[in-house]
Amino acid sequence: MALSMPPPEAAILSRRDEIVARLKKILPAENVIADEIARRAYDCDAFTMYRALPLVVALPETVAQVSAILELAQDLSVKVVPRGAGTSLSGGSMPLEDGVLLGMSKFNRIIEIDYENRCARVQPGVTNLSITRAVEGRGFYYAPDPSSQIACSIGGNVGENAGGVHCLKYGLTTNNLLGLEVVLMGGEVIRLGGKHLDSEFYDLMGLMTGSEGLLGVITEATVRILPKPSVARALLLGFASVEDGARAVGAIIARGVIPAGLEMMDRATIGATERFQPCGYPQDAEALVIVELDGAQAEVDHLTGVCEEIARAQGATSAKISTSEAERLQFWAGRKNAFPAVACIGPDYLCMDGTIPRRRLPEVLLGMEALAKKYGLRVANVFHAGDGNLHPLILYDASIDGDSERAERLGADILRLCVAVGGVLTGEHGVGVEKRDLMGEMFSQADLEQQMRVKCAFDPQGRLNPGKVFPTLHRCAEFGMMRVERGEPRFPELPRF
Amino acid sequence: MGVLAPSSEAELAEAIRAANAAGTPLRLLGAGSKTALGRPSTGTPLSLAAFTGVSLYEPEELVLTAGAGTPRAEIEALLDAHGQRFAFEPIDHGPLLGLAPGQGTLGGMVSTGASGPRRFQAGGLRDHLLGFRCVTGQGEIVKSGGRVMKNVTGYDLSKLVAGAYGTLAALTEVTFKVLPKPETEATLLLETSGEAEALAALRAAAKTAAEPGGLAASPRGAPPLRLARDAALIRLEGPAISVARRVEDLRAALGGGERIDASQSRDLWRALRDAAPVADQPGQAWRVSVAPTDGLALIEALRGAGAPLLAHFYDWVGGLVWLCLGEAPDAHAPLLRAGLATLGGHATLVRASKEVRARVDVFEPQPRALAALTRRVKESFDPNHVLERGRMRAEY
Repeated sequence: MALSMPPPEAAILSRRDEIVARLKKILPAENVIADEIARRAYDCDAFTMYRALPLVVALPETVAQVSAILELAQDLSVKVVPRGAGTSLSGGSMPLEDGVLLGMSKFNRIIEIDYENRCARVQPGVTNLSITRAVEGRGFYYAPDPSSQIACSIGGNVGENAGGVHCLKYGLTTNNLLGLEVVLMGGEVIRLGGKHLDSEFYDLMGLMTGSEGLLGVITEATVRILPKPSVARALLLGFASVEDGARAVGAIIARGVIPAGLEMMDRATIGATERFQPCGYPQDAEALVIVELDGAQAEVDHLTGVCEEIARAQGATSAKISTSEAERLQFWAGRKNAFPAVACIGPDYLCMDGTIPRRRLPEVLLGMEALAKKYGLRVANVFHAGDGNLHPLILYDASIDGDSERAERLGADILRLCVAVGGVLTGEHGVGVEKRDLMGEMFSQADLEQQMRVKCAFDPQGRLNPGKVFPTLHRCAEFGMMRVERGEPRFPELPRF
Repeated sequence: MGVLAPSSEAELAEAIRAANAAGTPLRLLGAGSKTALGRPSTGTPLSLAAFTGVSLYEPEELVLTAGAGTPRAEIEALLDAHGQRFAFEPIDHGPLLGLAPGQGTLGGMVSTGASGPRRFQAGGLRDHLLGFRCVTGQGEIVKSGGRVMKNVTGYDLSKLVAGAYGTLAALTEVTFKVLPKPETEATLLLETSGEAEALAALRAAAKTAAEPGGLAASPRGAPPLRLARDAALIRLEGPAISVARRVEDLRAALGGGERIDASQSRDLWRALRDAAPVADQPGQAWRVSVAPTDGLALIEALRGAGAPLLAHFYDWVGGLVWLCLGEAPDAHAPLLRAGLATLGGHATLVRASKEVRARVDVFEPQPRALAALTRRVKESFDPNHVLERGRMRAEY
């Protein structure tokens, strides 16, 4: 199942020198990376299975420069791939050999912090965590907290609609965003939203969020900041089976409690994290559940009791409650390091990201086990149990011939299973190139064509991040009012990849 | 004119394709309770009454799917019976439009992006719509999103159809995230000398860790409270023990205030949700969304310009301003929008005669590039302007 990308256009490759020269008229020379060795540093993002050397890397510093680059790209019909910190797990910013890689890392300023309106205006290259760092002195924080928050940028968070472990209560990026400045292909600059809450017409900011860099390039974001809860406390619950753990999670929510975090790990992951970063996880447990409660002291005290009682009733084999902030962070340390911990036993891993209806978890886990056996691979599971977002980590060894391909095939089968039980392909990592060819498992051709029509409204030439998200390449003119009789394949002449 | 009443998605698609072929527009009809919102649209009425009923409700999974034509009251009763609710607290437009309360369908609720006071804390309708099925303006049966809480598979088209007034697609089925109702609630009422002081109290409360789920300011005399002074209203929800504590903490932080208990608090916020202070007053009504610190500046600009301000109040910490102005042929739109040009934000005309709504930009005009993009997005769903022609913009 090797990935096929749109073939590089010879006409563009042959004009590379001209494109580089034109970029150098827009940017200072040192912001145009044309040298092959230097370009090599950009040949993939955190989805490292596939790599490509970008035609050239451009590192703009101003909105005017971004606008000029996108105008140039439209004029020369050159593809553009936007990139934030390059932490995408789905290849959303994987370069194209005939495309300009537009690195937004120099947009790294926090423009304004407005406590009265509880928001921060930031450039897209600012990292997720640095927003919290900038406002925590005044008792505020930025809620979405993807595991990569130390490195990932807000522009990328918006592009992928990044989540984290606190989504159930505090939402994803889309629920914490107030405004965007966006440069469209062709160079036009638009502003969406601001410091107010409601969209003034169609919610294009909501559409941009999670659009994986296919609609426009984000040059500024206004995000909400929240007052830090007075108290946060974590419960570490061990269970003798994943079923017991899943039942406890369901019972907590059924009681009307929406914890700030509700995470689950299976035995394989518990073992791996304990070796990587010992943090006192019960080694005899088949499933570990972390419940985080936050809010007013009285509320947290009350809910801690409620959750502990539920856990006991559901057969928890161990229950620890954090008694200090240091201990709470220690409970989380293993979970936050689960991916690198698993990488140590991998030696390589492929991280899946399906979301399923929570109550289907036991059968999905059993199904995954059977699939893993079929492919002769191991799977470790990390689960955002509260919202049903599952991260099976498929362990493989890239140095063994055929292992990568088997891992990919297993991943695809796992995602098909997620869709079959009413779930989706990706909860927070994005489709990118990784899950592109599986879109048909979830969407009909008509569903996908409507999405592609929306893409055409933003980028009629299809030059912004092509080859991502959609399994077929298309020309926008094909989505006019022409209609094809049912059953006939549409545009059979188009390449499918 | 007859009413089209398709009984399935396939028939609906056929009706919309036929309208495309004939070039005749369609008006989407649910309960007909919101026809006075937006610009007057033209076309053959098309009833979505066939698309009713709950197809999935799993309280433990916090998810509900129902036909877009399902009466909203029916769903709210069902959620209530399971101790759950729509956390975005959708406004009931009935009182504002002079209709009985409790009408309307889920489709109408989605299409008007109906959100209420809790939006500041819990998000708006757009944040709780997980997915939908529809027939686009081009006559294609399309679905988007899903039934799970966390989903980034493909574009988030739910955001587009929320608040699109049916101009993109005829919704047939909608899926929501639903949340548990809190054990109880209370409101802290703080009387102040002046609106500025009331709004400052709201902002101060919003900066505390008390997690207020309602932050409104009621000018003196405004219904439903009709107080002699201006007041800040701060709602706290949760377990009783927590609410009691947070009320006291806030009272200490703000230097006083009176506690309003659960049942009265519920009535108060229902009235505020439905814009009671302006709904009760005849005149042209606007809903203005600005940065919280700009709400008062807008009111002061209107007062300074001599606008006939009949009633107003603030929600969302001052960022949502409801206005009732004396009748004028232009509904005072130029004055209001001149104020917004410097502040940012946008104004929607929510109550005016049909003639005025046809003449005035009901929705905020957009800068050229954004207006052009918006139109292309509309046409990506509805290239021939078949659905709700004229409802949001005169040109389409």
